[in-house]
Amino acid sequence: MAAVQDGGSELEGEKEPKPELMNDGSTAPAAAPSSRPEDQQTLLAVLQFLKRNKLIESVDALRREAGLADEPEEAPGSEAAGGAGGAAAGSGELGDAGALLSRVSGGSQSAAAPAPAKGGDDQPDVSVVLSAYSQQGDPSLYQVYYSGLKKFIESVLDCHRAELSQLFYPLFVHMYLELVYNNHESEAKSFFEKFNGDQECYYQDDLRVLSGLTKKEHMKGNETLLDFRTSRFVLRISRDSYQLLKRHLQERQNNQIWNIIQEHLYIDIFDGMPRSKSQIDSMSGSLAGEAKREDNKTKVYYGLLKEPEIEVPLDDEDEEAENEEGKPKKKKPKKDSMGSKSKKQDPNAPQQNRIPLPELKDSDKLDKIMYMKEATKRIRLGPESLPSICFYTFLNAYQGLTAVDFTDDSSLLAGGFADSTVRVWSVTPKKLRKVKSAADLGMIDKESDDVLERIMDEKTASECKILYGHSGPVYGVSFSPDRNYLLSSSEDGTIRLWSLQTFTCLVAYKGHNYPVWDTQFSPYGYYFVSGGHDRVARLWATDHYQPLRMFAGHLADITCTRFHPNSNYVATGSADRTIRLWDVLNGHCVRVLTGHKGPIHTLAFSPNGKYLASGSTDGRVLLWDIGHGLMIGELKGHTDTIYALRFSRDGEILASGSMDNTVRLWDAIRAFDDVETDDFTAATGHVHLPDNSQELLLGTYLSKSTPVIHLHFTRRNLLLSAGAYNSQ
Amino acid sequence: MAEERRQKQCSVVLPSESMKAMAESMGVGQLQEDSCVALSEEVSYRIKEIAQDALKFMHHGKRRKLTTSDIDYALKLKNVEPLYGFQSQDFIPFRFASGGGRELHFYEEKEVDLSDIISTPLPRVPLDVSLKAHWLSIDGVQPSIPENPPPATKEQQKAESTEPLKAVKPGQEEDGSIQGKGQSGTSAEVKGKEKLRMKPRSTHELSVEQQLYYKEITEACVGSCEAKRAEALQSIATDPGLYQMLPRFSTFISEGVRVNVVQNNLALLIYLMRMMKALMDNPTLYLEKYLHELLPAVVTCIVSKQLCLRPDVDNHWALRDFAARLMAQSCKTFSTTTNNIQSRITKTFTKSWLDDKTQWTTRYGCIVIKTLIIPRLTVEGVRIKAVMEGPVVSNIDKIGPVGSLLMWGKHCASVIAKIRPAPDVVDQYRTDYGYLGPMLCSHVVKARTQAALQAQTVNRTTLTITQPRPSLSVSQSGGVGSSGGSRTPSIIKVPSSFTLMSTRPATPTQPSPPATKYIVMATSAGAASTQQVITLSSSQSSSPVTSTVTRGGAVRLVTTPCTDTYVGVAPLHHLPHWSTKVVPRQHLPSP
Repeated sequence: MAAVQDGGSELEGEKEPKPELMNDGSTAPAAAPSSRPEDQQTLLAVLQFLKRNKLIESVDALRREAGLADEPEEAPGSEAAGGAGGAAAGSGELGDAGALLSRVSGGSQSAAAPAPAKGGDDQPDVSVVLSAYSQQGDPSLYQVYYSGLKKFIESVLDCHRAELSQLFYPLFVHMYLELVYNNHESEAKSFFEKFNGDQECYYQDDLRVLSGLTKKEHMKGNETLLDFRTSRFVLRISRDSYQLLKRHLQERQNNQIWNIIQEHLYIDIFDGMPRSKSQIDSMSGSLAGEAKREDNKTKVYYGLLKEPEIEVPLDDEDEEAENEEGKPKKKKPKKDSMGSKSKKQDPNAPQQNRIPLPELKDSDKLDKIMYMKEATKRIRLGPESLPSICFYTFLNAYQGLTAVDFTDDSSLLAGGFADSTVRVWSVTPKKLRKVKSAADLGMIDKESDDVLERIMDEKTASECKILYGHSGPVYGVSFSPDRNYLLSSSEDGTIRLWSLQTFTCLVAYKGHNYPVWDTQFSPYGYYFVSGGHDRVARLWATDHYQPLRMFAGHLADITCTRFHPNSNYVATGSADRTIRLWDVLNGHCVRVLTGHKGPIHTLAFSPNGKYLASGSTDGRVLLWDIGHGLMIGELKGHTDTIYALRFSRDGEILASGSMDNTVRLWDAIRAFDDVETDDFTAATGHVHLPDNSQELLLGTYLSKSTPVIHLHFTRRNLLLSAGAYNSQ
Repeated sequence: MAEERRQKQCSVVLPSESMKAMAESMGVGQLQEDSCVALSEEVSYRIKEIAQDALKFMHHGKRRKLTTSDIDYALKLKNVEPLYGFQSQDFIPFRFASGGGRELHFYEEKEVDLSDIISTPLPRVPLDVSLKAHWLSIDGVQPSIPENPPPATKEQQKAESTEPLKAVKPGQEEDGSIQGKGQSGTSAEVKGKEKLRMKPRSTHELSVEQQLYYKEITEACVGSCEAKRAEALQSIATDPGLYQMLPRFSTFISEGVRVNVVQNNLALLIYLMRMMKALMDNPTLYLEKYLHELLPAVVTCIVSKQLCLRPDVDNHWALRDFAARLMAQSCKTFSTTTNNIQSRITKTFTKSWLDDKTQWTTRYGCIVIKTLIIPRLTVEGVRIKAVMEGPVVSNIDKIGPVGSLLMWGKHCASVIAKIRPAPDVVDQYRTDYGYLGPMLCSHVVKARTQAALQAQTVNRTTLTITQPRPSLSVSQSGGVGSSGGSRTPSIIKVPSSFTLMSTRPATPTQPSPPATKYIVMATSAGAASTQQVITLSSSQSSSPVTSTVTRGGAVRLVTTPCTDTYVGVAPLHHLPHWSTKVVPRQHLPSP
């Protein structure tokens, strides 16, 4: 829903309009046939909006979809050029994707419909947005107001001071922007210089952007500013503290500040004890304040899907013990619990067919059997038995290695490079071979048993294959679970799907017009997610050239994307210092997690799907409980950006890799156990984080001038890490 | 990168002159001042914006360095045509020009002849990306292989030794020391230690490979094959993984010195000192923790009254010099405010020096060390004064024998020659000492002149000689108590092939017959006696040299049943503080 708003504001910027964005964002919800009058009105509003922006094709498509016949149709029905048209056509042919689409239209209609209306009615024209600033007081008094409030907050009781201090930063920013907007440049400068130092250190990055902004003209097209305007800064304050503040402002008749609080701030008032400074600090730091409590109220089905029954061949003697019910689950076999539990449906698991998943092919079943065999040989990790780490160093990469991925069975390794290439290595003795050309394939006896061997061209066997196609640095690579495909996302705004049979590009998915920072395949294949500079994460299916879902809501670049092990949710980390969890089914944002103080560069789900770990430029790893939407741990130790996080296959060890050339191992079990989440903390979200990073740290392994950018646990719990040697 | 600076000064804008200069370069003259200001603000803002976007690309490129391509991509984001042609590997310096009251920074753009470029041979094709795997850790322990960094970095070792409290923190312990040292300790033990929050008593168990290495190295270092030794020393000086073996090496050196001083085995002492030097040269080792073992050994080599059986012919001075240089180096490297090594050492030497009864060889060592550390002591006036006063005070008492005075002169000369340049003009001396410190200046200007004059006279003859000839005979004055009985020469066997080394080599090589063992029988069982006198006879001078060993005091030359070995610098701090005495002029002897 915010995609529309977002798209609208982008339109007003200096960038060219983005038709795809408009199409996908607005037509998907509206595509459902609506009979109620308010829906009709909404539709009309959307149409008007589209027309105003000269998006004629979209208008046509929408009208066609909605069955409105007010105006004569210009385009014949065959011209299904618009995004919605394409998607609708696709739904006819393709069963599961169509089902997914139709369910969305049904399920999310009521929630999503008002959004376009809002988008149409109060269109977020920059001038409109900014005009809120035009009402103003005496510019010279701003400093007086601010320091008055400061004095008041410093004089209140300790317990309230920490809470009310949260007001400083948003007030500071809004007052500064008001001064700038009203052309009081010198006052703005002196205001900035005077109170700049008071702000919390984790806002430095934003303040730096702000400091550059000294003219009204600069405010146009500045994304940071628009974020601040379009989204209200969220503060969580206890009722007592709020009353105190309100009384003070009313006594002083301090309308200027009161207006800002009323208009630009969202104060989430809770009953109970005011929070302590450390509690506040652990949660704050994001671009738009903390998450509202209701943002994290939705139930998340974080359990895992039931694995399909597969007949395990019992020819192996050692396989006897591993009976059928003890089938390890796809991503995480919990050895202790799998015996009896895996048969039953996990109460927290989503329904098996909540989102349609691809059918298992025979080759997938074979792979699963292989996986189970490997899993029986898995080493149990723990504080006493740390994993061995094998480090893959890229030599002669000349600072050009930007992304790495391993296949799940650790047989292939892909690297994305700044020179636009993607390289695939085989890390097993098995060489990479292409499929023979079509002419040669015709001569193969299709009935023979080793037909799969015969189709490969021995002449092309090599350890490394290079994939050319992108026209900018490759920032994300991801293997499909069946090892047949590879995805890569690049600065050129495309995501490419490569075949690992022919080593050619199959599809270029266009939709992001800006650099795509990350992409990842679903653990079940078929779907994939991408996120980039345009602040919208997209969910795609490999057989659709248009995205199935758009996840909009982040206020800055989406820097990393990750699928939940049950494939029903997608987590995105962003440069706005928040993590969001999105429901694949309806595209809703179901969790907003704040607390990082820098852009988030990596995410990792625990194998049981309950927890999420995130690493950012501030060198901290944060642990989250997805079910409650709570921060439950903080791991300090790295001194630079964390680019890689991975849980061991059983979830006992969390490995983190960083720019500071180290791999660190953390005791994940203990980290999760140490936090007691009773009902009260769960309800309020006020968690006391134990400061036990040093005790949880199990090991630090320094490499020689090689930043660690990827980590991967093999099926036997050997840790693989990768990075490019940095010769300077 | 540039924006880091701007963070401090929140609103830096380009000067409007730059706008003018740029406009002129585009052919726009007469730009109004107002437009310039407006332009410069706008341009500054846009540049900041682009820099901030470029940072994003840097982060996603997993780099620490902002490159020109990052800027290009940032421009592309803004729908601006990127700046082509800025791919330069080298740093292009700004040129500066001024004229007409204007200053200009610019890039020099040379005209390039295309035919030159075409005719030049192609550069070497850069190597293709390749993949290399190694074990970063095996079952939680990092193997010592060349692909991995040394187990503990120098910084960690330093932090551990200088700030032990910090190092004891369990987490950090995990980082460095435990992983490194306590390899043998099971992780369960580690866990237990963690809980206790105590510095663990780690058993320094070495792996089999390390034991072999240790054996090889020590054998090579003290063996007879010079080539092997050179290799071994090279290995000690460069190998990054020696951290765990450091305690063994330091014990080896200190024990070796102790034993070989007894046996007067100069050759072995020299080898051991070379080993110590190699350890100090190793960039990955931080010796601070082992100084308590190493320094006494070095001091012994400097001041021991007898290092070889034939002090007259054997070049034990070379060893003293070498050891003294080692000492100076370690002072320089490891002296901190907490351990005060330098001042303690200096005090030790000064004290022994000032003590009239000290043996001449010891004195030589003291002086050598002073000459070595003086050059960097110029600020520390007190110590300089101590040094400078040393000869003066000594001279008062030591007017007696001419030979002794001569030696003094030489040493003073060397000391002074080090701290002041020629020519030896009295006025210049005064000025030179003036900068050493006002206190020095005010208190001992006169005395200094005297000393300088005295030195000057000597300087004329032996200006640069810092090493006295071994043929000098020194006779003890009667005033100095030497109650012990004289002994007959204790040399049993005199090797005939000794040659006197006239030039001091940078690294003392061992005098020719290395394997000769000497036996000293000079000591008396009564170690408790206040003074023990050992009389040596010099082969070239007939007069016996009677030397005394001071009891207690500054240098703890403890008389063990076998030999005198410098035991430690630790008890130094309860020595009487060496006050800066003002020496009246009339007390000074005339040279």
